[in-house]
Amino acid sequence: MAYHIEPKPLHELTIAELAQRLRGGKLTSVELTHHYLERIKRLDPQLNAFVTVAADAALAAATHADARLARGEGGPLTGIPIAHKDIFCTRGLRTSCGSRMLDNFIAPYDATAVERLAAAGAVVLGKTNMDEFAMGSSNETSFYGPVKNPWDLDRVPGGSSGGSAAAVAARLCAAATGTDTGGSIRQPAALCGITGIKPTYGRVSRWGMIAFASSLDQAGPMTRSAEDAALLLQAMAGFDPRDSTSAEEAVPDYGAQLGTDLAGLRIGLPREYFGAGLDAGVAASIQGAIREYERLGARIIDISLPNSPLSVPVYYVVAPAECSSNLARFDGVRYGHRCEAPRDLEDLYKCSRAEGFGSEVKRRIMIGTYALSAGYYDAYYLKAQQIRHLISDDFRRAFEQVDVIMGPTSPTTAFPLGAKMDDPVAMYLNDIYTIATNLAGLPGISIPVAPVDGMPVGLQIIGDYFQEGRLLNIAHRLQQATDWHLAAPPEV
Amino acid sequence: MAWETVIGLEIHTQLATRSKIFSGAPTTFGAAPNTQACAIDLGLPGVLPVLNRQAVVLAVRFGRAIEAEIAERSIFARKNYFYPDLPKGYQISQYELPVVGRGRVTIVLDDGSLKTIGVTRAHLEEDAGKSLHEDFHGLTGIDLNRAGTPLLEIVSEPDMRSAKEAVAYARKIHQIVRWIGISDGNMQEGSFRVDANVSVRREGEARLGTRTELKNLNSFRFLEKAITFEVERQIELIEAGSRVVQETRLYDPERDETRSMRTKEEANDYRYFPDPDLLPLVLDTAFIEQAAADLPELPDAKRERFRTAYGHTEYDASLLTANRELADYFEAVAAAGGDAKLAANWVNGELAAALNRDGREMTESPVSAEMLGGLITRIRDNTISGKLAKQVFEAMWNGEGDADAVIAARGLKQLTDSGEIERIIDAIVAANPEQAAQYRSGKDKVFGFFVGQVMKASKGKANPQQVNELLKARLKP
Repeated sequence: MAYHIEPKPLHELTIAELAQRLRGGKLTSVELTHHYLERIKRLDPQLNAFVTVAADAALAAATHADARLARGEGGPLTGIPIAHKDIFCTRGLRTSCGSRMLDNFIAPYDATAVERLAAAGAVVLGKTNMDEFAMGSSNETSFYGPVKNPWDLDRVPGGSSGGSAAAVAARLCAAATGTDTGGSIRQPAALCGITGIKPTYGRVSRWGMIAFASSLDQAGPMTRSAEDAALLLQAMAGFDPRDSTSAEEAVPDYGAQLGTDLAGLRIGLPREYFGAGLDAGVAASIQGAIREYERLGARIIDISLPNSPLSVPVYYVVAPAECSSNLARFDGVRYGHRCEAPRDLEDLYKCSRAEGFGSEVKRRIMIGTYALSAGYYDAYYLKAQQIRHLISDDFRRAFEQVDVIMGPTSPTTAFPLGAKMDDPVAMYLNDIYTIATNLAGLPGISIPVAPVDGMPVGLQIIGDYFQEGRLLNIAHRLQQATDWHLAAPPEV
Repeated sequence: MAWETVIGLEIHTQLATRSKIFSGAPTTFGAAPNTQACAIDLGLPGVLPVLNRQAVVLAVRFGRAIEAEIAERSIFARKNYFYPDLPKGYQISQYELPVVGRGRVTIVLDDGSLKTIGVTRAHLEEDAGKSLHEDFHGLTGIDLNRAGTPLLEIVSEPDMRSAKEAVAYARKIHQIVRWIGISDGNMQEGSFRVDANVSVRREGEARLGTRTELKNLNSFRFLEKAITFEVERQIELIEAGSRVVQETRLYDPERDETRSMRTKEEANDYRYFPDPDLLPLVLDTAFIEQAAADLPELPDAKRERFRTAYGHTEYDASLLTANRELADYFEAVAAAGGDAKLAANWVNGELAAALNRDGREMTESPVSAEMLGGLITRIRDNTISGKLAKQVFEAMWNGEGDADAVIAARGLKQLTDSGEIERIIDAIVAANPEQAAQYRSGKDKVFGFFVGQVMKASKGKANPQQVNELLKARLKP
């Protein structure tokens, strides 16, 4: 008796599987790109994950990729359709940063991350929605409206890389890029049920990435699996002479590390990450994943990161201080939004910025300006930098005892749209587990674990500097042993 | 009641790098507006600064030239303020930890005595662009060609006590930056800009008076005039029972006065903080030594050497070391001509006059050091007299070739054949028996008449010394 196995739809295939088909001539990049463009057209009106869709450019790039593949050229990303967070400058394609300020801005250059993925042959479907200038944890501060969580359209996807997270979760692209200043890759990855890694500060060049807080910003991939993340990070990482803060550190072969056995792995659980404020369901889900790691041979060690309660207040001095200066260039003089008929120079500045920026951006510029002001600098900015050192020291001491640190990515699952918009402090506390790694410059990954009430939960794994390979390996081994990462949201 | 003036200077000198301090755009002066500004200079979103290594090398060279400490670790900071010609909304500068620390220079005062002026610090920073208010009716044009040009800001201690001292110090710094090749020092093009902090206090008072900062001093003359005006203004204010307000004042050369630009209350809070886009600048000993390795002999050292080795007066030595081109030229002339004293006289005399007359720079002299040295050689070996040498110099200046060529072409070779000179003398003495008799009867003055006649008869070519000797012998009673 013959029976028929329903083949997996294209959008459920991993990048490795797609690459195999593309290389084997069973699939063309043009077909694949059409497939994703069709899904975007059909599904994105409900999600609002994309700010710009570049169908023609994508199909042209796909045609080019097919030609390369036909010649036997290219690598695992050649012909793979991806999306870029709209914070990465793309030559000739609008880069809005989720702001009215840059609604009309077209960069004459590609960000290094964009350039490297293009060189690897990736096809860019478009630019994804985000919190304005990456300031937000719910994607509700975007000038282009909020992104909806594909698991529940009444809930937020997280932020600031909420568009990328929703697009990957809803299978609108094979992978996407994100940036993470205080959790902006990991938190939306957790809330949307995907894999997202924030590499070590300096691992991926910041050139062409619109700055929010320069000492914290870091780009990384957002994917459906650790294996896919390894492929993207391989292309994105590496020294860039155009970014003085990029690391002159060799990039290891991430794929080659994925299979390493976890026997004897020492996992630290910081007690500060499991205290008050953590949702009981999320806690149980994290514990379930930890038990899975124990089954894989890992050893659990209780640790303490005593200064971690200070990370949110420190972050909300450092990040706004840097942003108040970074966003000064948006003045209505050379590009971006300019108000109508200003009375004089001061009026031009005030009106252009008042109209161009949303309220969360303005709030942070004001906080930062205050923190850097004469008479307050020592009490705020300098003190924050000192505590930042203490937070780094906590991690340094922890990594003398353990190989990696695990805990929840976010204290709760995705919350309803609008729930925290009137309470900035409640909103800021979403990033309580993710911010410390940015302050210390450490890598962190979020991967899906058992959902709570049908909503995704993220496990965060923090590693020592330049241990991205190990994080991807540890994430991959769990994804080999469990199916949590395969769960897809309902087709909307 | 006597008053004491206290002056400190802040000098911005443009470093002679080919590209900008944080981008690869060229720094050439005078290009069409906004053609030498790249994405980094324009402050586009997402761009990042990368420090120009050569700018650091030049700063280190300056530090060494003023015997300053070079910081092993210095920090770039952001100075935040809004202005249309400041594209990023902040200037990248050095604030708490500059690359060049405390140093000093020596100036020569009017009475010839030396005074040491302390340099507090010198730091690297980027220049802003230019706002053009004149060319557009009711609009302001922005030219960002200059944005990102590397500057070294040199801050002095308040060690100067008069406008003249301030000018001497500014000239000294100007001399040094050009001498060691870190800046062209062109004041018209804004490559060397001086701001003066000026205050007055009653003599004997230890505390400094309230200072004003003077801007728009784009020549040494304006620097002196602005300070002179400002000192009088401050003294008059205080003597009238009023007070000096701490403020920035603009010098107006047309009216020869300073005017208030902004007061301290109106000043910006620059909100300095370390630039997170740039790592701390860490210099190891090897880098510092290499940067300073090919520093030339410095002007003060050279002046001292000229004085002792060549026996020059302080005045001659100062003149010859006014700039490096002149000093190098002089040394080449002295070497080629074999006589430092003659070389100094010719360089400070005929050459300086000719350059001045034709408005030429040292490097544009049509008479090379070798040519002038060749002329001096011909003076020394008696081929020509000193008097005819001036004629030869003029001819060389006008392109008639080197000294030997001019002497040959014009037949200026000195007459040194004693027989020939004697024949001329015999003729002259024979033609003037009356004067000969007068001389022999003790009227020495007549001797000059005979010298003149002999020189005239030889068309100036007879060797004057021989003429003297032979005439004396011939007229002996």
